[in-house]
This record gives sequence, structure tokens and C-alpha cells, in this order.
Amino acid sequence: MINSESSLENVSTRVQEVVSDVTVTAHNLSRRFGNHSAVRKVDLELKRSEVLGLLGPNGAGKSTTMQMLTGNLAPTSGSVQICGVDLIKNPLGAKRHIGYLPENPPLYKELTVDEYLQFAARLHNVDLSKTNDVLIDVKRRCGLEGIGKRLISALSKGFQQRVGIAQAIIHRPEVIILDEPSVGLDPNQIREIRDLIKELGKSCSIILSTHNLSEVESVCDRVKIMNHGVVVYSTALAELKQKALNLEQIFEQYTLKNE
Amino acid sequence: MSKIVFVIARKELKLLFVSPLAWTFLALIQLIITWVFLGRLDAFLELQSQLMQIANPPGATEVIIVPMFAVASIVLLMATPLLTMRLIAEEWRNRTMVLLISAPISMTTIVLGKFLGMMVFFLLTTLLTVILSLSLLAGGTMDFGLLVSNAVGLILLSASFVAVGLYISSLTSHPAIAALGTLGLLLALWIADIVASDFNTVIQNFSLLRHYESFNRGLIDTFSLVFFVLFILTFLILTIRRLDGERLHG
Repeated sequence: MINSESSLENVSTRVQEVVSDVTVTAHNLSRRFGNHSAVRKVDLELKRSEVLGLLGPNGAGKSTTMQMLTGNLAPTSGSVQICGVDLIKNPLGAKRHIGYLPENPPLYKELTVDEYLQFAARLHNVDLSKTNDVLIDVKRRCGLEGIGKRLISALSKGFQQRVGIAQAIIHRPEVIILDEPSVGLDPNQIREIRDLIKELGKSCSIILSTHNLSEVESVCDRVKIMNHGVVVYSTALAELKQKALNLEQIFEQYTLKNE
Repeated sequence: MSKIVFVIARKELKLLFVSPLAWTFLALIQLIITWVFLGRLDAFLELQSQLMQIANPPGATEVIIVPMFAVASIVLLMATPLLTMRLIAEEWRNRTMVLLISAPISMTTIVLGKFLGMMVFFLLTTLLTVILSLSLLAGGTMDFGLLVSNAVGLILLSASFVAVGLYISSLTSHPAIAALGTLGLLLALWIADIVASDFNTVIQNFSLLRHYESFNRGLIDTFSLVFFVLFILTFLILTIRRLDGERLHG
């Protein structure tokens, strides 16, 4: 077990060294709803095996940004490229590389966990002969073993959230976008989800939004703070640690002054 | 792409059959149709001796099967909105549409998948009606041409109802409003015939039931056939455009 994990780490660091390519590029991304501009000129770049945390008060435009990055919402202006594929010109090609957990997990509550995950796998063109292995693997990663036959409606909020995450990673995407993945979970579950994100972050690019600052400190490599639709602060966490700055103070400083 | 259409169709069918609604509908339509069937059979047996004296007497198919399919169309008109209401409205409401939109599939695939899933259900309904008709073979011969024309008519009619239901369902996130809207539009299209009958205008051509009547009489009219196909295509394209529009305008 330890051996395989360390070899996985080796592989991922090697991948990082060799490829080190950019997986997500967003340039000048803006979105207006009528007269209200929800997101203004957001630039974003993410490399493989990087975890980016999006922070900001409610209504700052985090979810809107994520909807645009996943092709759920067309930007008013700007461009998005996922693994070199333009999301607006070739949406199907770009969406192949994305796994997305929206704010409300998109679950069909009348289905069982297995039925639901099977459907998600088929939607993403997972090879039919491999579906079973993929299902077993994703359930192990998300701690869903033994509840495959249960109806999703009968699961607790925490388990439903995990099914949502399982859905996002089932096709092994290179870019994973998680909108508040740890909301509604108990402290143990939050720790498990963090471990999962860390593990996924070794091989994929992850963007996650959260209100929990300690979550950012524990799993993210970089952080962006948004307020009123604009990115007001952007840094690498290593830099933050080096300068011994406190994320909470920075957050307050950048999000309260505009109120 | 075509593979994913079936994946979505399968999901729709699964969701349909885990709810009691589909089963209730199947039971209801079977009950009503069998009732008509038995009633007409009774009338036919009573009248048979008199009918024999006419030069060109109507057969069992005409007396029993034709009215049965006519009633089936009315039951479909009333019940289709209840089955199609949740097709897209519920996906908006439960935010599950995100799963479909985030997947590498086109809006056309989503719409066709949903349409196909619902059509499999209505093919099943038609099949049950046809099997019931075939039970007449136990006591004599049948006009198979008339039966086929009726079955084709019923399939085209239900496809038109589903296309309308699918479109209206994409306009709202409240299934109940989708059901009411669909019922209203279908009724209007039905009544178009009655309203326009005095004027003999273009409006008359938009009556779905009028086109169905020609199939009902055993007449596969090219105009009616083309009308149904165009009608179905129009509403499917409107639905696709609506889903694309939602992404653009949010």
C-alpha cells in the first residue's frame, strides 16, 4: 500500500516535471446579467497538479466563474481553454476534460448510487466494459463502499455530497471544479474530503471554492479572493507562508473595504 | 453521439417507471380501452345479423377497433402532459440539468434522448392497444391494413404530444405549470378544428386530431404524415434552441 502510494507520487512528480503544462486558461472572463455585472475581467491560469482555492463573500461571483469554466454559462466576453481546447468553439472537446461538482449536487434522488454513477459514467463515454471497475474504484475513493444499492434520497447530506464528488471524478478528468465541496459535512467527513482532494490534486488540476479559510490553507497551492465580481487578491500559499501573512486578515482586508 | 441518446433515453425510462405515475397511466389507458373494446364488441354481436343484410357491411375492425383508437387518442391527449411535465422542468428544479450540460454531449443529444425515452413508453402503450385488437382474431378475420394505419396514426399523434410536452417542460421549472401549459396547447390544437370548421381556413390544418382522423379511417394521407413529422421536428428544434438560450442568457 505504502509502496504503491509512493510510486504514485513519483509518477505524478515526474509528470509534473515532464509535462508541466497549463490545463486551464481563462482570459478576460466577464458575465453580465442585464445591467448587473456578476463577473468582471477574471484571468485565470492553472497548471497540472495545482489546486486553486477561490475565496470570497457570498455573491462575489465564484459560482458564476465556475459555471463559465464548465460551459454551463456562456461568458459575455472572454475566452476559456481547457487542456488547449477552446470551450466556446469546441465545447464537447473541452468538456471531456472537466469534472464538475456544482453548489447543489446534481443527483437523481430516485436512483440508487450504482445506477446514478453508471449513468454518469456512460454520459462521459467511459468504456462500457470498464464501467464496473471504474465504479468500484470511484466508490472506494469517495468512501461509498457498501451503499451502492441504496437510494440516493435515503442518504445523508454528507453521503450525497460524496456521490456528487464521485460523479465529478468518475471519468478521470484532468480538471476538477468543485463548488463548495465541504459544505454540510461533519468534521470527520471534511477531513476525508480534504484527503481526497489532496490525493486528486497530485495528478489533476483542481479549482475549489469555499468559505473555510483553513481548508484553503490545508489543500490549496494558490488562492484567489474575489469580491463584487473581481479578483482582488491572488497569491501562492507558499509565498503567504514565507511572508508569514495571515489569510484571514487578508480576506477581511480585501473584502470588507469595498462594503 | 447516438450511443448517448440511448443512455439518456434509458435514464428517462428508469425514472418514469420508478414512479407510480407511469404504471397508473398504463392501467388507466388499458382499462378505458378495454371498456370501449368490450362495449363495441357487444354492439357488433347484436348488430351482426342486421349488418349481414347490407351490401357492403362494415367489418369487426371498423366497428370495434376504429372507435377504440379514437378513444385512445383522447386519453393520450389528457394524460401525456402529466407524463412529459417533468422531462425538463424537473431537471431545472432539482438542478440536475447541470450534470447533462457539463457532460461532453450536445443539446440535441439531450433532447433526442428524452424524446426517445418517452416514445418507447408510448410505443409500449400502442403495442398494448394493438395486442388487444389482435384478440379479435380468436373469433374471425381482421382488416390488418386498417389496424396498421391506426397504430401508425396513434404513434405519430403521441410523438406530437410528447414534442409539445417536451418543449413546454423546458420553459419552466415547475412541472405542474408545464403540465397545464401542455394540456392547454394540446386542447387548443384539438379545438382548432371545431373553431375553424365554419370558415374552412388554414387554421383547420393545424388541428392534430383532424390529421389523426384520416389515419383512424384507414387513410395514410401524405399531407397528414408530413404535417406530423414537421410538427414534431419544429417542437424538438424549439426545445434545443431553448436549452441553448438558457446557457447564453442564464
